[in-house]
Amino acid sequence: MERTHYKQEINMTETLMSRINELISHYPEDKRKSALLPVLHEVQDAHENWLSYELMDKVAEILHILPVEVYEVVTFYTMYNTKPVGKYMFEFCQTSPCCLKGTEDLMDYTCEKLGVKVGETTADGLFEVRGVECLGACGYAPMMQLGDFYKEHLTEDKIDQLITDCRDNKIILHDK
Amino acid sequence: MSRKILLDKINVPGIKTYEVYRKEGGYASVEKAMKAMTPDEVVEEVKKSGLRGRGGAGFPAGMKWSFIDKKSGKPRHLVCNADESEPGTFKDRYLMEFIPHLLIEGMITSSFALGANLSYIYIRGEYMWVYKILEKAIAEAKAAGWLGKNILGTGYDLELYVHCGAGAYICGEETALIESLEGKRGNPRIKPPFPAVSGLWANPTVVNNVETIASVPWIVNNSGDEYAAIGIGRSTGTKLISASGHVKNPGVYEIELGLSVYEFMNSDEYLGGMSSDRPLKALVPGGSSVPILPADLIYKTANGEDRLMTYESLSDGGFATGSMLGSGGFIVYNDTSCIVRNTWNFSRFYHHESCGQCTPCREGTGWLEKVLWRIENGQGREEDIDLLWSIQSKIEGNTICPLGDAASWPVAAAIRHFRDEFEYHVRFPEKIKNRNHFVEEPFAQVKHLVTKQTV
Repeated sequence: MERTHYKQEINMTETLMSRINELISHYPEDKRKSALLPVLHEVQDAHENWLSYELMDKVAEILHILPVEVYEVVTFYTMYNTKPVGKYMFEFCQTSPCCLKGTEDLMDYTCEKLGVKVGETTADGLFEVRGVECLGACGYAPMMQLGDFYKEHLTEDKIDQLITDCRDNKIILHDK
Repeated sequence: MSRKILLDKINVPGIKTYEVYRKEGGYASVEKAMKAMTPDEVVEEVKKSGLRGRGGAGFPAGMKWSFIDKKSGKPRHLVCNADESEPGTFKDRYLMEFIPHLLIEGMITSSFALGANLSYIYIRGEYMWVYKILEKAIAEAKAAGWLGKNILGTGYDLELYVHCGAGAYICGEETALIESLEGKRGNPRIKPPFPAVSGLWANPTVVNNVETIASVPWIVNNSGDEYAAIGIGRSTGTKLISASGHVKNPGVYEIELGLSVYEFMNSDEYLGGMSSDRPLKALVPGGSSVPILPADLIYKTANGEDRLMTYESLSDGGFATGSMLGSGGFIVYNDTSCIVRNTWNFSRFYHHESCGQCTPCREGTGWLEKVLWRIENGQGREEDIDLLWSIQSKIEGNTICPLGDAASWPVAAAIRHFRDEFEYHVRFPEKIKNRNHFVEEPFAQVKHLVTKQTV
């Protein structure tokens, strides 16, 4: 993995640090590394949903592990992003049970509406459309993940509404 | 109405909260186990119940528990596998979201039985809002004295935490889950040693599915024998089935094992038949990994017996004419669905989710995906079908964990039962250009083209 040139402002706030310390306390004292996945989620959520090398190094320092132990984990799991992403990431489940209910057509519709291809971010940095693998909502398809929440039984109208709500800042991404 | 064990209280208003759950008789199994039983007696009841692992493999839970190493003196752990990611499966999420305390109660009773003092629920990272629900439920349980030091004055201590993953199907495999819980990549371990001897932080560990653990309170309250009286043969108790695809009422249902597939599919109490009244074409009864069944093998086995929702009946006939109950991810296909496209989709999933540790799986899943993609996109060759068969046969059984098998089985079954559909794709590329090709012209209407050419 090559080093990226993306710059990120790191801000380990007091709230974030106290949550991190709480997470670390869930594991035996000599097993701080175990907190890595939950800590990365918290840190990423507090940093516009992506993790720069500098930020990963910071996490390594907090957990008393080597930076590479963080990098290898971040690149293994799909929920961590290593470069800037759209603020509102529409992650459509594109596994077969959802496709039976027309996910592919709905993704095309969304992409056309936002003027992007799957995997791209809109010019204003507000939206990104992604196709992801099974999210465990097969009976409520088509659906997507948006932040910490699922939007289910989607239709073109609901997509329109979601886009409007995002633009109007009415969508809560994380429940902190 | 069939008997409900897990979801009987699901419609009680406020059952999500501790107060209501407790008022409805919640946490009684903890009291009973800790005050009136020894840990070994609890294990014995679970053994008697015949409860089988509900994550997919169906291994007897009581037996798994009895393997835990109690002699080494090392700390023991119970880890709940809530990494539900098998396509078609969304039952655990339903249970945790709407009746979280049932899982917490099950975790406490089961941890007591195993002598575990530090237990975890490993939940997939995408279920972040469910993670918060569980965290809150744990805090409530702790405040009420069901967790912490000296629970109910028995001298037994237990701490329980939720741990979240970050988007990796492989972490549903128990040793990969343990690796992930240790803060590492989710690479499955070579077994033996099994987790019961060397699991989390090399301590004896039991990993059980959410539904398995949630069944324990009822067993403890009512006895293993009573649980074993529900169901048929070695398929005891109830099972959550999550249904999706082309049915009228998709969703999560609790069934008594032994219900016929026909009734489950067609009764109004359950799926209510096919949506838009289109004909049934195929069924994946237990999550994407299990073999797909063609219409004529769904309601009846190859011997002409009624197909039942049990471990045994669904696998009747082996992989030649049967499938598996698996995780209960029940995916229904009507005549507009394309089996080739579905198989390609699943192969893409397994390719994406392969951890990359074993060559047959890392490379093979990619080959499967690519070959299936080209068949589905009108670039297939006649020999590709045999090529697919050859690739899948070389993955199966040659990997550390069952992901390789899970990637092979759907491909093998699709070719076994729907070979003519693959041939159609290869021979008539101009007819499959549109990805919804069978929506406009179901395969049944064009099937004769393949037969003619073969003759």
